[in-house]
Amino acid sequence: MVTSIKKYQTRPLDSFKKAVELRKEYYQNVREAKQQGKLLITGGADSMVALPAGLGDYVFFEGEPYGATISMDPEFSGKCVEAAEAKNFARDMCAYMRNYWGSMFLNKYYFGGEFPKPDFVMQLGFCDTHAKWMQQVGEYMNAPYFGIDMPVGTPGRNVEAKVKYLTSQMNDAIEWMQKVTGRKYDDDKLREAVRNECKSSTLWSEIVCYNKAIPAPLEQRLIFTLFIICILRRYERKSVEFYETLRDEVKQRVADGIAAVATERCRLMDDSQPPWYFLQLYKYMEKYGVSVVGSHYSFFLGGSLEEMPDGSLGAPKTPDEMGMPMKTREDILRAYALWYIKKPIISQMFALPHFKSETMLRLVKEWKVNGVIFHLNRGCEGTAMGQMENRLALTKAGIPVMTYEGNMADRREFDEAQTLRRIDAFMESLGLSKLES
Amino acid sequence: MITAGIDVGSKTVKVVILQDGKILARSLVLTGFEQGKAAEEAFALALKQAGLSAKDIQKVVATGAGRTSVSFATESVSDVAADARGAVFINPNARTVIDVGAEEGRGISTDTRGKVIDFAVNERCAAGAGTFTEAMSRAIEVKLEDMGELSLKSTQEIPLNAQCAVFAESEVVSLVHAKTSKEDIARAIHDGISNRIAAMARRVGVQNDIVLIGGVARNKGFVASLKRQLEADIKIPDEPEYVGALGAAVIAAS
Repeated sequence: MVTSIKKYQTRPLDSFKKAVELRKEYYQNVREAKQQGKLLITGGADSMVALPAGLGDYVFFEGEPYGATISMDPEFSGKCVEAAEAKNFARDMCAYMRNYWGSMFLNKYYFGGEFPKPDFVMQLGFCDTHAKWMQQVGEYMNAPYFGIDMPVGTPGRNVEAKVKYLTSQMNDAIEWMQKVTGRKYDDDKLREAVRNECKSSTLWSEIVCYNKAIPAPLEQRLIFTLFIICILRRYERKSVEFYETLRDEVKQRVADGIAAVATERCRLMDDSQPPWYFLQLYKYMEKYGVSVVGSHYSFFLGGSLEEMPDGSLGAPKTPDEMGMPMKTREDILRAYALWYIKKPIISQMFALPHFKSETMLRLVKEWKVNGVIFHLNRGCEGTAMGQMENRLALTKAGIPVMTYEGNMADRREFDEAQTLRRIDAFMESLGLSKLES
Repeated sequence: MITAGIDVGSKTVKVVILQDGKILARSLVLTGFEQGKAAEEAFALALKQAGLSAKDIQKVVATGAGRTSVSFATESVSDVAADARGAVFINPNARTVIDVGAEEGRGISTDTRGKVIDFAVNERCAAGAGTFTEAMSRAIEVKLEDMGELSLKSTQEIPLNAQCAVFAESEVVSLVHAKTSKEDIARAIHDGISNRIAAMARRVGVQNDIVLIGGVARNKGFVASLKRQLEADIKIPDEPEYVGALGAAVIAAS
């Protein structure tokens, strides 16, 4: 099962630095949006972030990545979760939410200054806790709140009803945004933002497909740094440009046989968000010659995959590439609604675990994965849903699986020593020993 | 070849010295706060029993939660690997190994060579391990060593609903207030632990022979509960708490 030991050529990824810069610039933009004359909107990372584009320049301050960022700083994160708990919010609620709320209650923005006050709050209710997360933000910050309800259900069924449901809410949202901001809505700007978002997403999907190669040109820690632009800034032209450059670079790495992990001899996938404060986990596994080549989460939070004519999984086409009309507002909203309805992160991870299992089995096969590690994530009700069903489906298919408990953004619920011991045991069961020994 | 296996558990350190497949000596000391010192002490004790000195041991393999604290170990292996290897060494038909120690419970699926196929460990919860029984025995004022026998005298089955040791203790206190007999409470406690352990074992797929190891395997009440849960016979080695250390010694010899 495990491939023979071989040392591949490796080199740093040029686009890494650009990803770091873009992320840094994003958080500066959040802090300085008002000075820059831009609207500041806050909401969930999977909100329909292109929708406010018609109002003019804006920054969409996303809750989950900010919560994850805070969690990487144990001291600040500790203060934040405690501040949220002091307001009687329970410890078992979404850990991103508690970090974000704590930062808001403490009135401290992690990147300096006071917590930024949004002009309005807009949330897509695909995760049942997140609608309430942002409602609370709106109430606390005295900012208007608009919630869009995401229709879920079996993929491919009742599509027209779902589109109608979403587009009617988007039309309402546009009316509402004009009213609360006093700005006129420009459909051309909406079209551009939707195009940017869809293109960023398909480019990311294309990039993760290059990781089917042996050796894998990217590994999970790198993937986390790279995929975040597709979350934070996907409605911007800068995002498209970044992913075009990255796609070309990754393609070249595959052509040149460049590995992310020089000693790759075993390929794993993991599941759910990682414990963000302990990404050394991946570095630790590298000692065994393991390359974690991705996950349902890291592939699909920003991207999507669909079946290609040859039966393999590949990047979907954008609405323009599919020939969908994008002329009128209704055309654009319809294309945008369909884009969200198809998102696997919404239709599989948060709603239908058996679909996720099927997809995971395909990922394991096509990405040539030797085993899967599940982070049983106490910090996220959504991604934790159905994980044991997914585990069962994989073990039934004969795929080695390991689980460990933790919390993506609350360090108090993570046992580093116990997790590493379990990783050691899993590696042994895969027939791997530490290369340095 | 003479090898040693050292299992540094959260409560006790166990050492087994093995020569050509024969056990020469065993030792057990309390771990305390200084794992490294306890390991040295247990090793010295085992050497003394075997009439050997440290230089006679060709390889020392450490395992258990505190395995990295054994400075004189040649190498270390995970407790899961050591358990599987030790159980198959004792019983070549072992295919499911259940290890219930002080702080942790494990279910392991193994092949004929003692190689781990799959494993599950109780997640950060004391309700699936020996310390839980210890805490509960204090709650009902019964000596830990008497809990097993006591529970076998139970006349009725009382479900303990809580999955958490803290809440389970509250339930036990409620049972005490309700004048429930100590025998029935003791059984309820063992049923509670075995519920969790059986569920964990089923996750890796239960196949005969099932071998129960770890200190809790000495508790007859728990064994009876687990047998009822799994509806299967369970094999218990003579010295169940030493199987991890034995497995480490076997690995050292291989």
